[in-house]
Amino acid sequence: MDFKVFTQNRADYRYTMHMFPMLRLFLSSILLILWLTGCDSAIDRPVVVEFWAMGQEGEQVKALLPEFERRYPDIRVQVQQIPWSAAHEKLLTAYAGDAMPDLFQLGNTWIPEFVALRAIEPLDERLKTWPSAAVSDYFTGILATNQLGNQTWALPWYVDTRLFFYRTDLLAAAGFSGPPATWDGWLQIMSRIKTLDGAQRYAILLPVNEWQLPVILALQRGAVLLRDRNQYGNFQHPHFREAFLFYLSLFKEGLAPPVSNSQMINLYQEFANGTFAVYVSGPWNIGEFERRLPAAVKGKWMTAALPGRVVPSTRSSLPSQGRRDSANPVPPSLGGGDWGTGDDDLAAGVSLAGGASLAISRTSPRQDAAWKLLEYLAQPEQQAQFYRLTGDLPARQAAWNDSALTSNRYTEAFRQQLQHVQATPPIPEWERIANRIAYYTELAVRQEMQADEALVALDRDVDRILEKRRWLLEQGLAP
Amino acid sequence: MTCRLHSQTLSAWAFLVPALLLMAVFFFLPILAAFLLSFTDFDIYALGDLDRLRFVGLSNYLQLLQSPLFWTALGNTFYFVIVGGPLSVVISLGAALLVNAPLTRFPGFFRTAFFLPVVTTLVAVAVVWRYLYHPRYGLLNYGLSLIGVDPIDWLGDPDWAMPAIILMAVWKNFGFNMIIFIAGLQNIPMQLYEAARIDGAGAWRQFRYITLPLLGPTFLFVALMTMIGYFQVFAEPYVMTQGGPANRTLSIVLLMYEEGFRWWNMGYASAAAFVLFVLILAGTMLQLKLRRREPS
Amino acid sequence: MNRLIRCLLPLLGYGLLALGLLLTLTPLLWMLMASLMPAGEASSYPPRLWPGTITFEHYAVLFTRLDLARYLFNSTLLAGTVTVISLFINSMAGYAFAKFHFRGRDRLFQSLLAALVIPAQVAMLPLFLLLKQFGLINTYWGVIIPGMASIFGIFLIRQYLLAIPGSLLDAARMDGASEFRIYWSLVLPLCRPILVTLGIFTFMGTWNDFMWPLIVLTDSSLYTLPVALANLLGEHVQDTELMMAGSVLTVLPVMLLFVVLQRYYIAGIMLGGMKG
Repeated sequence: MDFKVFTQNRADYRYTMHMFPMLRLFLSSILLILWLTGCDSAIDRPVVVEFWAMGQEGEQVKALLPEFERRYPDIRVQVQQIPWSAAHEKLLTAYAGDAMPDLFQLGNTWIPEFVALRAIEPLDERLKTWPSAAVSDYFTGILATNQLGNQTWALPWYVDTRLFFYRTDLLAAAGFSGPPATWDGWLQIMSRIKTLDGAQRYAILLPVNEWQLPVILALQRGAVLLRDRNQYGNFQHPHFREAFLFYLSLFKEGLAPPVSNSQMINLYQEFANGTFAVYVSGPWNIGEFERRLPAAVKGKWMTAALPGRVVPSTRSSLPSQGRRDSANPVPPSLGGGDWGTGDDDLAAGVSLAGGASLAISRTSPRQDAAWKLLEYLAQPEQQAQFYRLTGDLPARQAAWNDSALTSNRYTEAFRQQLQHVQATPPIPEWERIANRIAYYTELAVRQEMQADEALVALDRDVDRILEKRRWLLEQGLAP
Repeated sequence: MTCRLHSQTLSAWAFLVPALLLMAVFFFLPILAAFLLSFTDFDIYALGDLDRLRFVGLSNYLQLLQSPLFWTALGNTFYFVIVGGPLSVVISLGAALLVNAPLTRFPGFFRTAFFLPVVTTLVAVAVVWRYLYHPRYGLLNYGLSLIGVDPIDWLGDPDWAMPAIILMAVWKNFGFNMIIFIAGLQNIPMQLYEAARIDGAGAWRQFRYITLPLLGPTFLFVALMTMIGYFQVFAEPYVMTQGGPANRTLSIVLLMYEEGFRWWNMGYASAAAFVLFVLILAGTMLQLKLRRREPS
Repeated sequence: MNRLIRCLLPLLGYGLLALGLLLTLTPLLWMLMASLMPAGEASSYPPRLWPGTITFEHYAVLFTRLDLARYLFNSTLLAGTVTVISLFINSMAGYAFAKFHFRGRDRLFQSLLAALVIPAQVAMLPLFLLLKQFGLINTYWGVIIPGMASIFGIFLIRQYLLAIPGSLLDAARMDGASEFRIYWSLVLPLCRPILVTLGIFTFMGTWNDFMWPLIVLTDSSLYTLPVALANLLGEHVQDTELMMAGSVLTVLPVMLLFVVLQRYYIAGIMLGGMKG
């Protein structure tokens, strides 16, 4: 185990120059490889657009590209797939390291952040070549999340909002013919389901560590999340508080199990078993439910728009959410929405304007080619095709007339819901604020903190996060 | 003679320069910069435009001390160090004693087997353990069910997540300390034990009065290295729990990574890094002092 | 009584050793077995320890669809390059500290050792900004350069060389050999065992490193195996068997390296441990 000390006599060292032939071989091959991989002989090659997409989108979008490359033979697309869980930090790191892709997907709540970084190129000049009908074809509430300071920074790729997935048979067994329209009705249904036979039953599965649903409920209650030009948290306001308490009460009364989604061992199995009858989720679960639910519950579930806190007709004057700075007037379509005027008699409560967008990097030397790809992916045909591949709902309403969507009975609720969506505050800090909301929600759900304590702490954290923003506004350095 | 010494100095520096230069530029300079950075509010705004950078004095440190999240991370890190560290050292020592016992045959085989987890890639085995910890299909709960223990939601239950991570970390690195202990044990002269036996000392007394005292320096080294390493826990929670559930496995380094590379609060993250540095330094000093005070 | 203990003791010892063996090796064996199971089989109750039918489909998927060969290549290239370069740089410095007398030598060496207490994470944030200035983010060099010199490596070489008599070197000097020549053709060969040891350490350390490559490499074509594996987990967390195959491929090369060269590796730990 110990070392043998080499006992060479002193004449030997002259002949040891070739002691490490293997080492030398290795070293020179490494240098060769490094040199080879370092060079990029760019002679007469097509333009290569680097495109980052996340999760399954990154996987599936590849199927759309051969057609694109056929139409533009001088452009090649290189897709890099990033997992959602690391996407935000990867994009920021890439930005900080000057290694941004030409075109990239990003969550639409991240757009203000990347605008503040000056990382994305505004699209208005290029959009002038579009017929105006094409632009207004986007769901307005969703498109608004891509617009900031009178400029359009990205285009929605697919849309996403949250609503009910529920077991029709269990609701019927509890004596209800349809989904609830109001919070009261919702509570009624849930407590009735809870008392159905079977000991280990909950009414609804709610995430304990996500910000979306508490925020949705607060928006339905008419809460303004941040006050004074988005400079301070407003979470102790009675409106937010009421919604927050409502959310917590669902756990306290045993209507929802206090476990996180990742702990629900097999969500689909439990839904089929009737462990819970209602689940709040997004469009990606349509496909998952169809694939993974056992045959026994086929046709026994449905989607529905969220209930509102009160009946639609009485809630006409909700304050608009996500107010822009006074320097940037509010686009008329943004915010409060136009409920009550729609022809849908199903009372949709407001939900979040979620989804993912496509943006072009400001420093990209291949912006023209990247724009061609963006335009291609924005075409209704490609949007419909993308829906077929991924189940992601198209951002262009024209694509919804495609048979793939009209034949799916679960998508209609989403179409309704998408008419009633609100954006989160359009500030770079939102992602961090949302993270704090999720954190305190979890603490409160797990009863490690009192609800009011949590809200005080949340406001304090948020005020601290927004300190830099207040300073920038004071200095007139537009954030 | 002076000439010879002078040329020696020159040659020595010639040999030293590449290493020193690299370390100066890529280690010591960044550390100095981190120190300066911790007094600024370097964030995504500053990243986009340096005009939006402010010197903020001690406010990052003050904020850190006021942040419940930081205290959570600090508590978790201490939990990991104080429970995991001694556990790892004790198990290593036990394994070393067993492998090194004169009665044990094939010590080489056992040594290699116990050492295997050390050379594995942390990320890979963290992935493996995620599945071993699966509440329903995991091997661990199955093994426990055989002796009548109800399933535990290892990574999902706030009270079990940290023990689960400690268990995995101990599994991963007890072999390393075991080797050092074996070396220490082999350095103890056999004659001491023989003399003790002649005096009628039993196995326990031999262990208490010969093995333990003579292992002293090894013990200190192992304890120090384990502590320093455990203070820097990152990949285990990053891969297995992302710091959850309810932030119960959020460590200081993970907090630093999140603040620094997820939210790009470089100033704040640098302050967190320096607090970690001070903690490690204090822990090292404390152990050295305790050891020195002990009668040899 | 005494005889009873003397009979039971080895039994107890072997019992504990067997238990230790079981606990140590089960995770690794299960990883291997699960990687050979058909999709879905690893998520069955009671858990299976042995694949019903052995399949290599997950390995095939990794190499065809998920580009694992690329990551294997990256990991090998990076770990190999860092190892070779750092061996040269550290051995030169270690040699200087062990065999030359110059003013401030001991103080310099001691302050380097003291710096071992500084966690590498402290340097990471500004190091990122620094490498950005050099345009090295998202390149192999961004991973290689910070690993080229290590205090521990210098320490190990110095400890080893201290035990070697200086008379050999003096004799060469008398012969008029240049200093570099002495280093290259006398010191390096003398150091071969410790170089092998340090080489394994460095190779494994770089291979297994996670945080820094995770930060520096943004382009997936440059990912190392651990980064790619963590990336893969984001998308394929449900595919237990596939993830296990990926873990096997990440772990196997370093394990083989260890088993083949363990004599040197363990000797290195002892040298580092004892004299420290």
